[in-house]
Amino acid sequence: MTGPTPTAPRRDDGAGASDLIAAPLALLSRLIDWPMRAIQRVIGERRMAYVFLLPNLAFFGLFVFVPLIINVVFSVTGGAALFPSQRPYVGAGQYAYLFDCGSFLDPNSCREDHFWRGVSNTARFTLFQVTAMVLFSLVTAVVLNMRIRARGFFRAVYFFPVLLSPVVVALTWKWILQRDGLLNAGITSLGGERILFLVDPSWAMFWIVFVSIWAHMGFYTLILLAGLQAIPADLYEAAEMDATPRWRTFWRITLPLLWPNMIVVIVLALIKGVQTFDEVFVLTGGGPGTATLMVVHYIYETAFSNQVQNFGLAAAASVVLGVVLFALTLAQLAASSRKGAA
Amino acid sequence: MSLVTKLATARRTPGRWHWTDIAAYAYLALGVVLMFGPVLWLAMSSFKTQAGLLEFPPSLLPMSQKEVVVTGHPQPLPLFTVTMPDGSTRVLAQVRRIGIQAQMVDPANPAETIRVAIDKRVPVREFKLATENYTEPLERFAFTRFLWNSVFVTVVATIITLIINSMAAYALSIYEFRGKNTVMLMVIGTLMIPITIILVPVYLVVTELGLVNSLWAVILPGAATPTGVFLLRQYMLTLPRDLIEAARMDKASEWQIYWRIVMPLAMPALAVLAIFSVMWRWNEFLWPLAVLTKTESYTLQIGLNAFQGELQTQWHYLLAMTVVTLLPVALVFVFLQRFITTGIANTGMK
Repeated sequence: MTGPTPTAPRRDDGAGASDLIAAPLALLSRLIDWPMRAIQRVIGERRMAYVFLLPNLAFFGLFVFVPLIINVVFSVTGGAALFPSQRPYVGAGQYAYLFDCGSFLDPNSCREDHFWRGVSNTARFTLFQVTAMVLFSLVTAVVLNMRIRARGFFRAVYFFPVLLSPVVVALTWKWILQRDGLLNAGITSLGGERILFLVDPSWAMFWIVFVSIWAHMGFYTLILLAGLQAIPADLYEAAEMDATPRWRTFWRITLPLLWPNMIVVIVLALIKGVQTFDEVFVLTGGGPGTATLMVVHYIYETAFSNQVQNFGLAAAASVVLGVVLFALTLAQLAASSRKGAA
Repeated sequence: MSLVTKLATARRTPGRWHWTDIAAYAYLALGVVLMFGPVLWLAMSSFKTQAGLLEFPPSLLPMSQKEVVVTGHPQPLPLFTVTMPDGSTRVLAQVRRIGIQAQMVDPANPAETIRVAIDKRVPVREFKLATENYTEPLERFAFTRFLWNSVFVTVVATIITLIINSMAAYALSIYEFRGKNTVMLMVIGTLMIPITIILVPVYLVVTELGLVNSLWAVILPGAATPTGVFLLRQYMLTLPRDLIEAARMDKASEWQIYWRIVMPLAMPALAVLAIFSVMWRWNEFLWPLAVLTKTESYTLQIGLNAFQGELQTQWHYLLAMTVVTLLPVALVFVFLQRFITTGIANTGMK
């Protein structure tokens, strides 16, 4: 067997993995090499590209592209069967049912009021969340970009919750917000009355916005911080020489040059916001009542957790969500192409 | 200590305090409390006993009532500080409580029973970690099963992701072939399609494959990640072509070039993808929630959610299990923090 050239690294275990891992890996490689060589002999060196692409594309096809088509099939068929061949064609019936509303502004006037409640909650949530997210991550990025000590540490502090799972995030806050939790202890020690944060509809909405900002702010702060650090320092030096007031420097230099990153943050936060599910589901379960029911929660419930599994309606709702996401993604692509590099 | 002094002396213009410096440090201090505080509170609470968790207002540290073994009583008895009728205080152990009266004994003199009004006694408390919150779920619940399922999904899915994504990235970075642009477009296309909008049909595919309630149903659908292909391709494009050409001259097969030359050289990018994949898989929620319906196939996240939804939420176990769930991620964070933050800043993915 021909080894690689002398210029190639001899160790095939990469960054110094122990022989314990390297030996079986080498054996595995040799086992795969034999059929791969045979294929290469038949189809030639260049076309080996297809062989290397095959596994990944098979996964994409099976779990993304085929489902995308079946999704549309589901949304135009009815009944409770899972297999498309057993489902009767209903045309645009599911969509008509979904959009059967007296007024689109009042979920109560809709036949599928839960869907529209989800839409209205998601819209409100996204509006509040994205606005506050942009504001807080901007302030945090600006502060982290100042001449401060231990910047790495503070950056890590804000980033830490990003890594936590949504379930952990939600349970952590549920523990603090519950009736006898830390927050109510603080309120009563100041002489206030206990508040049932997750039972009151307005408070529940406030807290899911707050918690989702808490959990994801670090990510957006990083994007803005990268943008801030890319602004040439001589611009600020010039401004300082001209004795420009600081707020003016911020308004005239920082903000315009940071704008492309701001757009990316806004659009990314919008895309994530529209798909909000995990944290809200664990924290409030969509409640109280339907006060924090989100669109994705509606889709999940319609398809999987209701007594009658309505796959058609869920698929129609996800096609609608998909169209919204597609529009937002196009906006993102437009924004990042204006920025120059994605 | 030097860090603290340095911290305190860094400011905008050396030697002068501007109000923005003070505001900035105040903001950062608030950030530390707000970001770390909740998780710290969770961790401290997880060491409280069931009774300790019911206290309101809650104590900061895990405290519990001191107990003492008294001769003549099989169970350890709780200790109280009792204010006697004459105004003196004694430390007594409580045998039982009858209405507003408590029967108590002096641990030193267990023969004599003393009757005390219950409002005249205060529990003696000590700092104690309720480690049973951690050990009991390991024995009693399906918790170990959830843990094992999560580890299995994370490890296997990450290995599959690394292999198939690197193969695709290798093809897209080293070769020129017909349809390359189409494939790149498809990869970009999949970036736009999150699982949230194809939940139902993926469920159908998984059912057709007979995988419902199997861990493979969680592992397989997310294995081919467009972000992973992108990340690896960008890195592989920077590798020197001469190396590959030289290997071809030496009759190395394409597979050998991929496995023995490109893969070792792409280690930094593979490591970044591995960290991301571990984070994604460990934290994944919606898809496992939809496809796993049997308790024995639950991952940690689904198990935790199911557990908190039960009528009588047993917070003492739940909090401990939550801490166990966040532990691996916290460790990854502590050791690879710099790595992750720069990785995210460069790729813009999460």
